[in-house]
Amino acid sequence: MVRDDIVEYSLDGHHSEEAGKKIRSKIFKVTALLSVVTIVEVAIGWFLPRAEVGGLGSWGWFGIETTYMILTVLKAAYIILVFMHLGDERKALRRMILWPYIIFILYLVFILVTEAYAVNAAWLS
Amino acid sequence: MAGAASKEIDSATLWGGGYTSPFSVSYGKLMMWFFLVSDGLTFGGLLSALGFAKFANVNDATSHWPTGEEVFTHLPGTHAHAPLIYVALMTFILIISSVTMVLAVEAGHRMDKKAVIKWMAWTVVGGLIFLGSQVWEWSTFIAGYDGDISTWADNGTLSHSPYGGQWVMGVDAHGHEVKQMVTYGPTLYANFFFFITGFHGFHVFTGVLFNFLVLRNVIRGVYHKRGHYEMVEKVGLYWHFVDLVWVFVFTFFYLV
Repeated sequence: MVRDDIVEYSLDGHHSEEAGKKIRSKIFKVTALLSVVTIVEVAIGWFLPRAEVGGLGSWGWFGIETTYMILTVLKAAYIILVFMHLGDERKALRRMILWPYIIFILYLVFILVTEAYAVNAAWLS
Repeated sequence: MAGAASKEIDSATLWGGGYTSPFSVSYGKLMMWFFLVSDGLTFGGLLSALGFAKFANVNDATSHWPTGEEVFTHLPGTHAHAPLIYVALMTFILIISSVTMVLAVEAGHRMDKKAVIKWMAWTVVGGLIFLGSQVWEWSTFIAGYDGDISTWADNGTLSHSPYGGQWVMGVDAHGHEVKQMVTYGPTLYANFFFFITGFHGFHVFTGVLFNFLVLRNVIRGVYHKRGHYEMVEKVGLYWHFVDLVWVFVFTFFYLV
């Protein structure tokens, strides 16, 4: 049964051989980037273990943690925007998907880490 | 990717009602995104809880919270000290299977059935290799005799583990002399390890299942007859999400 009240968005996804070539070269570039970032992350873990940079809670380890988080967000952004094609979707959809994380997860992390330090201080005293 | 979303339509028309989607996506794809948002919040909650447990035990002097480079140090078939290399390989396998998935989606947009079958098959293979790697990881790094951390607490059901361990003579609550398993290492870390990687592994397992079923339909020509390969795109979204979660698990469990 063909329904004329449904807009078939799935058919608009089709592209030509030419466009496919371009998309594939973009995919391979992103693959290279994700691999390089992973290698850098492992190299940091290999050459700068936590025990050598001052242990948990030290400034040296804090710097490495921050570096890891920046690299993670970079990787996540490329996976979401290129592999999941969210970068090609409408702005409203993109915001609807990403804002819950930016608001709720950051808030949750802030609350839990603050509380964790309080719990830790309570156990120490 | 081109598609309906790149067409210029003013927002009054987009949001003005009628039969068009304001997001210019099909129902199935939108629902997959909704599911992924909720599932992502679940993983966000799990990883935040891990952060809570970790920072509540932040002092190296009074309690020790291990890092990945201290725990995940082995490679199969060798005794060399190789911190993080095994999990890096697992990460790489998952990234590559994500790449083959996006190549299958791309081939689907060109209605290239042969290429879709090829890339979907490789994606299934990559997922199975990842699951197999996780079996070795689970049985080696924490529970295994060769691991740096034991999960055996004062738990009688676990003390009969086949992986070995250290027995000592002790006295139980009734005054009887019994063999007891010596415990060492933070079990909280191990609990989080098995819960988070287990929850993720279950997602990988489901993803492999979905991919396999869709691959079967592709081979049977279901989507070719339908005129579009959007189903490949939808399971692709799920599969990329699994990879995305692993990126975060890799950082927050293995690296920091």
